[in-house]
Amino acid sequence: MDLAVLWFWIVAVLFVGYFVLDGFDFGVGMSLPFLGKDDTDRRVLINTIGPVWDLNETWVIVAGASLFAAFPEWYASLFSGFYLALLLILLALIARGVSFEYRHQRPEAAWKARFDWMIVIGSAVPALLWGVAFANIVQGVPLDEGHNFTGNLLTLLNPYALLGGVTTLLVFFVHGVVFVSLKTEGDLRVRAQRLATRAGVVTIVVAAAFLVWTGLAYGSVWFWILAAVAAVALIGGWLANTRGREGVAFTLLAVTIASTVLALFASLFPDVLPASNDPANSLTIENASSTPYTLEFMTWVAGVALPLVLLYQGWTYWIFRKRVKRSTIEQAAH
Amino acid sequence: MNEWLDPLLLARWQFGLTTIYHFLFVPLTIGLATTAAIFQTAWYRTDKVEYLKLTRFFGTIFLINFAMGVVTGIVQEFQFGMNWSEYSRFVGDVFGAPLALEGLLAFFLEATFIGLWIFGWNKLPRGLHLATIWITAIGTILSAYFIIAANAFMQNPVGYELNAERGRAELVDIGALLTNKVALAAFPHTIAASFMVTAGLIISAAAWHLARNRNLDTMRPALKFGLWTMVVSGILTTVFGDQLSLAMVATQPMKMAAAEALFDTACGADASFSIFTLGTPDGTSELFSIRVPYLLSLLSTHSFDGCVEGINDLQAQYQELFGPGDYAPILWVTYWAFRWMIGLGLLHVIIAVVGLWVTRKGRHPKQRWVWTIAIWSFPLSLLAMSVGWVFTEMGRQPWIVFSLLPTESAVSPNVTGLEVLISLVAFTLVYGALAVVEFGLIIRAIRKGPPDVGEPHPETGRHEPATTVY
Ligand code: HDD
Ligand code: HEM
Ligand code: HEM
Repeated sequence: MDLAVLWFWIVAVLFVGYFVLDGFDFGVGMSLPFLGKDDTDRRVLINTIGPVWDLNETWVIVAGASLFAAFPEWYASLFSGFYLALLLILLALIARGVSFEYRHQRPEAAWKARFDWMIVIGSAVPALLWGVAFANIVQGVPLDEGHNFTGNLLTLLNPYALLGGVTTLLVFFVHGVVFVSLKTEGDLRVRAQRLATRAGVVTIVVAAAFLVWTGLAYGSVWFWILAAVAAVALIGGWLANTRGREGVAFTLLAVTIASTVLALFASLFPDVLPASNDPANSLTIENASSTPYTLEFMTWVAGVALPLVLLYQGWTYWIFRKRVKRSTIEQAAH
Repeated sequence: MNEWLDPLLLARWQFGLTTIYHFLFVPLTIGLATTAAIFQTAWYRTDKVEYLKLTRFFGTIFLINFAMGVVTGIVQEFQFGMNWSEYSRFVGDVFGAPLALEGLLAFFLEATFIGLWIFGWNKLPRGLHLATIWITAIGTILSAYFIIAANAFMQNPVGYELNAERGRAELVDIGALLTNKVALAAFPHTIAASFMVTAGLIISAAAWHLARNRNLDTMRPALKFGLWTMVVSGILTTVFGDQLSLAMVATQPMKMAAAEALFDTACGADASFSIFTLGTPDGTSELFSIRVPYLLSLLSTHSFDGCVEGINDLQAQYQELFGPGDYAPILWVTYWAFRWMIGLGLLHVIIAVVGLWVTRKGRHPKQRWVWTIAIWSFPLSLLAMSVGWVFTEMGRQPWIVFSLLPTESAVSPNVTGLEVLISLVAFTLVYGALAVVEFGLIIRAIRKGPPDVGEPHPETGRHEPATTVY
């Protein structure tokens, strides 16, 4: 296979990793006001992702750096074009990231409440905006001959992209809530399961609308196949959740997210950033990629590193596989 | 256009401020991860409770700091594309590789194993748990290597070829890129300097307690550890700084000329190093200065009779090579940044040596001011670090990639001044607020002192630290 095409899919896989993993972190963060009845509940929720949120977030750093290395033109056009949207994502990630660590540093209720809200907003904003961004990539944006984005923030906030954003917001939310029911016990677990069932219905409707719209407007054969997998997995996940099979539900929702991301990349292929004003200005795998020399070197590194990364990250999840108990949290000193 | 909304100027301010900010946390992460690993190893070997307490004490400060390093680091990575898209297009084929390596090989490692370390007390076997903090520490040092190799390409481009048709630099030799002579000197210099900053923190924290006669059992060994670390890393910083000077003169002679504000080429005794200068406000002539003859020649060429090229000669050479323009950086910045870096560094080595002397054989100075000086060693060593980077980065101007790409051609053409102003204001406000919170938390953690780690297990006779929960 052409190395640039290979890297198109490696970038896709890195974003799959990011959205599957950090997606449910965002969901857990957003669930605080719905599931966290008291401080202990909220601490249980935060502790379900405590050991892993940072490794999950690192996927976006690696995805971004790989985009830079493998497709400099794409990275440059995308990041400068989506300037204000990315600024909001960055501010949200800052707020969220420090809150996990700082929330428990002081006992005062007001202090904790402030960081709780930063976690909620810091999770919801990226969950929404990443969807908006990816929908815009698929849809295409106005580009000049130098591949520079010529629109503004409002160009990005079109109905299709907003639908994409609401879709990722809801899917991540449900995935996170299912994760909570998988990682907690007792009352919290039951409440999480119920919330996932209710939110799941809305999610199925919205996601279906988004996938059908994408398919009709920009879809390819591969898109439809992957979108079908996503749809089946989403409904299957919802059913598994209603039957209390949290593990199955969580896995199927991960499949939903993975196949949706891959479907979007499939509908993009072989463009990487279509120009909506003039196809001649589109960024493609061909005109956006690095040299074969760079790509070959990177392929070697990624080929060795990624399996190792998956191994030790999988092991980490295994170490922290136990459910988080209220009693452990209550006993633990602050 | 409104001069306040110049996108280039604003983007430069934003990059400079956010990078300096990021680099307030990074040296501590590098140094404290290793410090926690060393104390934990000492505890593992000896089972002495002091070492466990010190591990937890510096571990807490490390974590408060680490969170900031992570969140500000993401900003750095996104900014290349957001504010410097022309730069990204030009160097991406070369510069992207070390950044991707950093992510794949270092950040994943750090981010995963730090989670295992924080939450793994009592969940992992003792030896394995100890390994997790060492792996985290190695990850931090590895990430520093890759980012410095990337930065070194901007100082001294190597391993590339220009592709005129696509208007970009293309990688042809990854080995050359990763063994850039600037990187080989800048990396150990930066790591050693990071340990100076960490030693500064350890000395400050220990001094705060010792001045109040508190926690003597842990803070005495901590002080000693900090003072020795300062001396050793201070010497190493100087040695590698000297190597870095040689590499710098060989690759960017203008920077050395600017460091001394040397207008005319000077040789031998005339190539003197001024410790302090008062000049006319425009910087073109000096009124008074204290000079050490030969020192600049020694620093630049390692010989007494070497010549150091002056700004005027270099300016003429560059105009011939690159066309009309001003090829000198802002002289007062480079001049003073270079002096503050070196001066504060040497001052800390002296303070540490004196500190070792006055506390020899368990002595405990009574004078308050002795401890006050010790407490100041943290902010001042951090300042040395920051001005060192200001020197490096601003001394490279007007180039973003030396001799290849001027900074003004690197900025995103489609991002408006207003947009950059919005982000600059947002980052300033958020970073400012977080600085207050983070600083407050670190002070609080220091004042609280080492945690109570309970009684040893009745059977093993060993402490079993409680699992951490958020
Ligand atoms: C505690 C901090 C600290 C201390 C005491 C020193 N330095 Fe330094 N220096 C840095 C911290 C630093 C740094 C980490 O801020 C820089 C910025 C870029 C780099 O690689 O290290 C730096 C850069 C830097 C450069 C610029 C390299 C370039 O732009 O290419 C030179 C020539 C020196 N240093 C030389 C020295 C010498 C001769 C020192 C002592 C005698 C010294 N430094 C002490
Ligand atoms: C962490 C230590 C660093 C600090 C404190 C630092 C500081 C600065 C400062 C003060 C500027 C503004 C210079 C000016 O506008 O005149 C700057 C510019 C810049 N630096 Fe650094 N820098 C650091 C490391 C790096 C590294 C590692 C890279 C690359 C990997 C880098 C890339 C840049 C870029 C792209 C600019 C913007 C263009 C410019 O104005 O020069 N910096 N940096
Ligand atoms: C301007 C260029 C820079 C970029 C793009 C950058 C990028 C990043 C990113 C994305 C992170 C977060 C990693 C995580 O999630 O674990 C980070 C943290 C880190 N950076 Fe930087 N960085 C820059 C400058 C530097 C420099 C100059 C050094 C070292 C000399 C450095 C060393 C580190 C280290 C050790 C960490 C991990 C520890 C921590 O999070 O505090 N960085 N950086």
